[in-house]
Amino acid sequence: MNTAAAFPLAALVKATVVLFAIVGFSPVMTWFERKISALAQDRMGPNRARVPWLEKLPLIGGLFRFLGRIGIVHPVADALKMITKEDFVPDRADKLVHTLAPWIALVPAFVTFAVVPFGPDIRIGATIQHLQVANLEVGILYIFALSSLAPYGAALAGWSSNNKFSLLGALRASAQMISYEVCMGASAIGLFMIYGSLRLEQIVLGQQDLLWGIVPKWGVVVQPLAAILFFAAAYAETKRAPFDTPEGDSEIVAGYFTEYSGMKFGMFYTAEFVEMIVLAGLYVSLFFGGYLIPWVPAGWALTGQAVAGVMVPGFVWALLMLGAFLLKVAFFVFLQFQIRWTLPRFRYDQVMRLGWKILLPLSLANILVTGLVMLW
Amino acid sequence: MLNTGLFLVLSAVLFCIGAVGVVTRRNAIVAFMSIEIMFNAANLAFLAFARQHVDMTGHAAAFFVMAVAAAEAAVGLAIIIAVFRRKATVNLDELRELRG
Amino acid sequence: MELALFVLFGTLAVLGSLGVVLSRNPVRGALWLVGALFCLAVLFILTDAHLLAALEVLVYAGAVMVLFLFVIMLLNLREEELGPRRFTPVKALAVAGTVYLGWLMAVPMWKAGRVPPAAPADYGTVEGVGMLIFKNYLLPFEMTSLLLLAAVVGAVMLAKRRM
Repeated sequence: MNTAAAFPLAALVKATVVLFAIVGFSPVMTWFERKISALAQDRMGPNRARVPWLEKLPLIGGLFRFLGRIGIVHPVADALKMITKEDFVPDRADKLVHTLAPWIALVPAFVTFAVVPFGPDIRIGATIQHLQVANLEVGILYIFALSSLAPYGAALAGWSSNNKFSLLGALRASAQMISYEVCMGASAIGLFMIYGSLRLEQIVLGQQDLLWGIVPKWGVVVQPLAAILFFAAAYAETKRAPFDTPEGDSEIVAGYFTEYSGMKFGMFYTAEFVEMIVLAGLYVSLFFGGYLIPWVPAGWALTGQAVAGVMVPGFVWALLMLGAFLLKVAFFVFLQFQIRWTLPRFRYDQVMRLGWKILLPLSLANILVTGLVMLW
Repeated sequence: MLNTGLFLVLSAVLFCIGAVGVVTRRNAIVAFMSIEIMFNAANLAFLAFARQHVDMTGHAAAFFVMAVAAAEAAVGLAIIIAVFRRKATVNLDELRELRG
Repeated sequence: MELALFVLFGTLAVLGSLGVVLSRNPVRGALWLVGALFCLAVLFILTDAHLLAALEVLVYAGAVMVLFLFVIMLLNLREEELGPRRFTPVKALAVAGTVYLGWLMAVPMWKAGRVPPAAPADYGTVEGVGMLIFKNYLLPFEMTSLLLLAAVVGAVMLAKRRM
């Protein structure tokens, strides 16, 4: 194990950067979501949260007017509201568990991103650095292990609130998440068979080969069915519409977070957004070539490469690949928002039927077919 | 690498805690969870011995223990639900007749 | 470093297990157990069992314990339904007996342990354990799958109200 030797500074820096990036993205996500929902419903979206005294400033006032008009100030107002709201704990609730539940929902969602590679290997000084917080041998098993902890947040939140709606929501959430986790794991197995590794880094690098000399060997090309199944299952894990039966506001008020307010509610909210980012990052790494740009080998980030006679140094390629990763992630986040605001909610039994009777058999069949093809 | 004796002693301690739980607690689910502790203590011993002899057979054993424990938990919890439905209790002391 | 981790997580695992046995509320008990399982996963890593550590969290903490929690919530067991805490002589005897048993186990265990030699690179990795299971223990592995299938069918049969 070389983790202990390589651990100290670089890992700490990477972990901090990734953590802050994700924390920083979640308010942007709320803004993005509001705008997408407005787009879906033919509205303007948030545009009235303003900071008048900043807009009166001489030079930068115009900037703040612009930010206010496009609604970027809205998340700030949201955050202020969340922080200053009363933190309500219901009577006869289990106070300790009630306080703990949002943390249990939030923390696994954050640490999952540690094994997702967000850029190619780069040279810093004399050392070569992976742009990935932890390159674990168990790789994606780590992600599955942590995402299997997600039901706890919902289940404990619902149980500790001492409220029937909450309990119903909690039961629904844990049943749904357990069910779809099985399918999520099963649908990814075909990929491991093809790329021969659980390390996400290896899986991403395996996708830079070309099929028949032209098509990049992305996961979605070699495992199209798995790509659909994985996305559906992972999306169901985030418990957003059309899979939002655990919240189901027209049936059970707000499900497991009925009794949550203020910042604790905000933490569930943040956890949801973080899960979405992680889903997008993971999905991109597994099926859409991660940080790879099609037809550009990852090695160019180390060596540099001349294009049309002009030498392009390695760090430019690395930045481009990082940009490609962010772009892909942003696209899949956008896709999730679109689905969220387009499809109506499933009935609870439909969610279960979809998971167990359609997605799971299909993903098992996918493993079988992949195996047969590989043998043949 | 540490002396594996540390892990083995810890595993013995955990096993005993689990055993005490099984013997003293009357709630079927808690007794069940205590059994899981004992399983895990055994797994820890398996892994420690595997490390000591640098032989991964212990890992295979622990792997199978986990699989069997998962099967056992599913059936056991189903039994508890079935019993609760009939008797409205999961207290092991009150479940003493063999008639259904 | 390793010793510090061992002491920290070993202590936490023992505390978690004690929490399971001592807590009145089954949900709290289940939470303690999840904590203990986490610490055990760290201890597994300290014995270089990386795959098993991941599986510990994935299978035990992620699936089995969620099932426990699910059942506890489904039956909605609360403290008051469990009766008062009793401490009977029988229980004291049981505790004493188990402590004695533990002593009997721990002493030879400690004597059996020693500082192990360095492990090969694939020790405890997905690849190493996978190769072992699929080469030497393929039949037991397949039997396990049958066992799990039987458990699934059995659990559905038992828990379903009407057939």
